Amino acid sequence: MSALPTAERGSATWRLVKAESTLCVRDKVAPLWGIGFPLVLLIVLGSVPDLREPVEGSGGLTYFDLYVPVLVLFNLAILATASLPTTLAGYRENGVLRRMRTTPVGPARVLAAQLVANFAIAVVAMVLFLAVAGFGFGVDLPQHLPGFALAWLLAAGALLAIGLLITALAPGRGPATAIGTVLFFPMMFFAGLWVPISQMPPLLRDIAHYTPLGAGMGAFQDAYLGHFPSAVPLLTLAAYAVVCAFAAVRWFRWE
Amino acid sequence: MPPVIEVRNLHKRYDDKIAVDDVSLTVREGEIFGILGPNGAGKTTTVECVEGLRVPDRGEIRVLGLDPLHDRAELTRRLGVQLQAGHLPERLQVAEALQLYSSFYPRPADWRALLDGLGLADKAKTRYAKLSGGQKQRLSIALALIGGPRVAILDELTTGLDPQARRDTWDLIEGVRSRGTTIVLVTHFMEEAERLCDRLALIDAGRVVMVDTPAGLTERARIGQRIRFRPSRPVDDRLLTSLPDVSGVTRQGELVVVNGNDNALNAVTTVLARNQIVAEQLRVEQASLEDAFVRLTGRRPDGPDPR
Repeated sequence: MSALPTAERGSATWRLVKAESTLCVRDKVAPLWGIGFPLVLLIVLGSVPDLREPVEGSGGLTYFDLYVPVLVLFNLAILATASLPTTLAGYRENGVLRRMRTTPVGPARVLAAQLVANFAIAVVAMVLFLAVAGFGFGVDLPQHLPGFALAWLLAAGALLAIGLLITALAPGRGPATAIGTVLFFPMMFFAGLWVPISQMPPLLRDIAHYTPLGAGMGAFQDAYLGHFPSAVPLLTLAAYAVVCAFAAVRWFRWE
Repeated sequence: MPPVIEVRNLHKRYDDKIAVDDVSLTVREGEIFGILGPNGAGKTTTVECVEGLRVPDRGEIRVLGLDPLHDRAELTRRLGVQLQAGHLPERLQVAEALQLYSSFYPRPADWRALLDGLGLADKAKTRYAKLSGGQKQRLSIALALIGGPRVAILDELTTGLDPQARRDTWDLIEGVRSRGTTIVLVTHFMEEAERLCDRLALIDAGRVVMVDTPAGLTERARIGQRIRFRPSRPVDDRLLTSLPDVSGVTRQGELVVVNGNDNALNAVTTVLARNQIVAEQLRVEQASLEDAFVRLTGRRPDGPDPR
């Protein structure tokens, strides 16, 4: 049996990333609910004149201005609670990870490839949302771009770590989907999907600041207003990322 | 030459159940070695320990001189594995799976040739979830061989395949062996074991009952011959049971069924001739591997292990 040329084979890691990205797109959850749905929402909300009024206590940002980062977080939340854990728990349930254990590549790289694939989809979504909001509806980019980028990276890290933790704790694909769905709605509530955080009663507002998406929203808002995000939301996001990733690694089962 | 696989005094228990009590076996370079046994005998657990998927409680295992647990990286490059239950992502296409898996190995086999050899060429663009059970099975065989392994362990090779696909798969496995790959086959198909295996280990209740060639195993079960005929006129059983080479006589309607050793046929025909009885519709059956299996384990070989 002849060996194939190396160029055609490519490296195993790169091929895995490509395969997992293709599978993510075919899975439809990420493109449909992670990108398509929030994009439609963005366009619909952008066409409502009433949402162009400034929100009290938001430094002059309008309701629609605030919806742009909320929808960026919406994308991350879908990937972390629906796309990633359902796929990985399914892999474990169906013996995909077990099968990988018998190859030189091992199952950990499948996990890594899934994370990279979801991360790539998140980057595409974030750029797309900012571009549509900017070119379509005249929403300025965050004034402090490096601050925004850092906040987004930390938010993506926190959310993907939460996704991994769901995978680690859920006994199967069904429970993983259920846990993800149950987590999604309160997380999105505290991001201000239904009521902007600044309009929430004080107690809820305090809670929001310490939820992953509420902290992400706080950091994004700082960046939009031209400041480097303050320490509390950034540290909150970093803590979620580190603790959840650590717990996920600690309790992860391959079979 | 050192053996390709050496298992010594393997013992593995799950909670309160002993899966493998004490298994020792040696697989030689270039042979097709069968592991045969009834449900729950410990076949799959044994090979999973060899593959490094399970940690034995006791015993020693060497595969190509490697320790399955400590030398995992090196072992996975040289050992091809087909799992009884091991799947692929549902939306992955057949050709994508083969290309992906071939990128895992330093010197992979030609995946297109494997695809053709297993009759999956027209399924290259089909998603895993859309394949039939037999097609999934063939793809998992292809993935076990894609790395061009020195040793391949195949668990329930042809379960779920129709007779034609089964024969094609046997041909493929013989071809792989002729190119120098040592093959371990876990099976409950007697026909498969008889046709493919150079040597067989019969495992029962977590222990190796016997290791021999299929013919040797049958011989050692000492079942001998079974002779059936319709006598031209009534014959007294005692005429036959008195023969030292005959171990038993039963009746099936008009037919007389005589069990005995390898000399029984001679003895029976002689005594019938002396009494001017003609044995009509005379048939002699050699004991099959299946008979040997039943004799040696006291069980029937039925379906694959329930999961």
